Amino acid sequence: MTEPIAERRRHYLNVHYGLTSWLFTTDHKRIAWLYLVSVTFFFFVGGLFATLIRLELLTPQGDLVQAETYNKLFTMHGVTMIFFFLIPAIPAVLGNFLIPMMIGARDLAFPRLNLASWYIYILGGLFTLTAAAAGGVDTGWTFYTPYSSIYSNTHVAVTVIGIFITGFSSILTGLNFIVTIHTMRAPGMTWFRMPLFVWAHYATSLIFILGTPVIAITLSLVALERLFGLGIFNPELGGDPLLFQHLFWFYSHPAVYIMILPGMGVISELITCFSRKRIFGYEFVAFSSLAIAALGFLVWGHHMFVSGQSVYASMIFSLLSMLVAIPSAVKVFNWTATLYKGSIAFDAPMLYALGFIGLFTAGGLTGLFLATLGVDIHVHDTYFVIAHFHYIMVGSAVMAYLGGLHFWWPKMTGRKYPENVARLAAVIIFLGFNLTFFPQFVLGYLGMPRRYHIYPPEFQVLNVLSTAGASILAVGYVLPLVYLIGSLRYGAIAGMNPWNARGLEWQTPSPPPTGNFDVTPTVVEKAYAYESLEPEILYPPGGRAADA
Amino acid sequence: MAARVDALFYFLVAVSVFFSTLIFVLIIVFAIKYRRRSENERPQAIPGNLRLEVLWTTIPLALTMVMFVWGAKVYFDISYPPIDALEISVVAKQWMWKAQHPEGQSEINELHVPAQRPVKLVMTSQDVIHDFFVPAFRVKKDVLPGRYTTVWFEATRPGSYRLFCAQYCGTQHAGMVGRIVVMEPSEFQAWLSGGAAGVSMAGAGETLFQRLGCAACHLPNGTGRGPSLVGLIGKKVRLQGGGSVTADEGYIRESILHPQAKLVAGYPPVMSTFKGLISEDGIMQILAYLKSLNREEGTEGKK
Repeated sequence: MTEPIAERRRHYLNVHYGLTSWLFTTDHKRIAWLYLVSVTFFFFVGGLFATLIRLELLTPQGDLVQAETYNKLFTMHGVTMIFFFLIPAIPAVLGNFLIPMMIGARDLAFPRLNLASWYIYILGGLFTLTAAAAGGVDTGWTFYTPYSSIYSNTHVAVTVIGIFITGFSSILTGLNFIVTIHTMRAPGMTWFRMPLFVWAHYATSLIFILGTPVIAITLSLVALERLFGLGIFNPELGGDPLLFQHLFWFYSHPAVYIMILPGMGVISELITCFSRKRIFGYEFVAFSSLAIAALGFLVWGHHMFVSGQSVYASMIFSLLSMLVAIPSAVKVFNWTATLYKGSIAFDAPMLYALGFIGLFTAGGLTGLFLATLGVDIHVHDTYFVIAHFHYIMVGSAVMAYLGGLHFWWPKMTGRKYPENVARLAAVIIFLGFNLTFFPQFVLGYLGMPRRYHIYPPEFQVLNVLSTAGASILAVGYVLPLVYLIGSLRYGAIAGMNPWNARGLEWQTPSPPPTGNFDVTPTVVEKAYAYESLEPEILYPPGGRAADA
Repeated sequence: MAARVDALFYFLVAVSVFFSTLIFVLIIVFAIKYRRRSENERPQAIPGNLRLEVLWTTIPLALTMVMFVWGAKVYFDISYPPIDALEISVVAKQWMWKAQHPEGQSEINELHVPAQRPVKLVMTSQDVIHDFFVPAFRVKKDVLPGRYTTVWFEATRPGSYRLFCAQYCGTQHAGMVGRIVVMEPSEFQAWLSGGAAGVSMAGAGETLFQRLGCAACHLPNGTGRGPSLVGLIGKKVRLQGGGSVTADEGYIRESILHPQAKLVAGYPPVMSTFKGLISEDGIMQILAYLKSLNREEGTEGKK
């Protein structure tokens, strides 16, 4: 490979130029970029809210912002991070870019629908940003009634309409993935030869399709009750505020799996590549994704153990929540076993992956505390819960997202990122994360309730530690933003397969041509065949992707 | 009870520490032992091992079932207060806690209780959902508008303990805090009888019962336009159109505010709503009065 040839080669990035070539593209790889830019924007907006929250909590008094502002900050932090960053991040950026390539397809099944999904997402985002700019919303991202539907005098309706709209983007993306995976696999790409990344996205897509309509309905009921005084959740009119919680968590608990399952898919790719091993127990890892997706729909009531729901209902939900821990544990054990007798390299993506396993283990185990009825009563709605779900959503999902972004960056851009700075950033993020959120487990056990902008002085030391950690974490997040953008110009040319990885996406040039493959490959071996020197892929006579 | 919650908590901590350490050590050991020594390494594939898969499915399953049963048992006991518990009414509103003792004392953002005696709180909210949380007692329960929830605890040592609202309830949520003052039983008695000798809750309820005109229809002998309320609480009543309902606090409250919702069989739908005429505190006083009628009725009021 010589560089000038690679530079002149036609690929998806240089095939067209200009803003409209991006805004009207139907190429899944370009749409992935549209999402990448937008979710990055929302991530830093949400991060800004988090920064202000942590600064306020540095002292027990409310000295930086007032109660009302603080309540809006944690609400907007949650809404932005969950609906506009975490839910779309891995599926809509990495999934969009990779799923067609991983299964040997030229694009998603519905390319125009894919672009429409992005516009819907942006429209929803604009609504929510408008609500934020107009003065914000103070209900918490959970929108509990009757506070949200009657009492709050902030911009609840506009915000929930934004989330309602964005939900359709999830539904359409999920639909697109499911149809693509069913119908567009290359010859020889059987279900059990697919990369686990694809399995994880298949499971995620099922949740998108089955769960998202419920949040859409629920939030529109809140908006209708607010705007027209319907008595659905308002007890004054015979409504039931707990009904809201049932409906809300019916989606929002599975939504946690929307955030983590794609991350698990990323980790399976990284662990195998950087230990040069087949995944240990492929079928178990694949089916555990489906088990998590299925069981995830049956555990919503564990958010309501102290709400006054029936004692026996709580017991059933506790039991089912315990069961969902099993497939998660199976995954962790299989990833760890994959390392055994491997050939382990410590490039930045692998550091993220190893960090993920550790933080996910901690996040998963503390989830058991919350599923255990007798303990949940004490730690429910305290900082213990905050710490737990940040271990899952930030410690795990964001680590997986960043690991995946680094891993496939050379494929997406054709350039390498600076390895040593990237390793440093991964370590900073891991340390900063633990310093931020581990003290919150202790705070929760000691009884500090969540959503408090002032707190008793005995909680200050742990809060100071947490804020210190957050400032380290912030550095860790800004670093990749800087060097990844820099690498677009200054990065070394990556070549087709810089990691010596398996998987069809590495058998096409970096950046790939618009149709991904010049010639559709035929798959003859299982995923992760790292024991052989070269991947075995058949091409029709005379056809082979130009060697980059 | 706090000790039981903590024992379970520490069991969970032990399990978590064990598994985190296991995974952590394995990762570190593998990462060092199997680090890539040359670029040409191509380790043998290990596709999996069914026995290991079964092992690491069943062991976590067994452990989580232990957690479930243990946790459910603690939860069950926390959910049902002992019969002889001292009953105190609590009304939550944005952003304060109001408590009423049966003897009539009422407090705001403070609750005096005796040590070594089970205390049961019957709680409701005037507006949004709140949550009664005393970390030291390991108890927490949402307080909802439109229904009653209960929580109970038995404080072991006298002292002052923090009370938090744990369910986000609006602007001054973080200010909806108070303290539980646990006193020696004798001191508590002194506290109860001290201060301005007020009317008992039941007494206040009786006054309301007369003033709002309830007594005109709900004659004690059952000959009035409404059913007799003597000995009603806790009894099953037959409803018009079939079916029955246990006349608990929630049912009485509903019948005061929405009288037509569940009509007692044999009585005409003539009662009008008292919504806006009576506060949540007032309803709790009426309830206390009705409960006192139960007690007066004594043994004959079984059926």
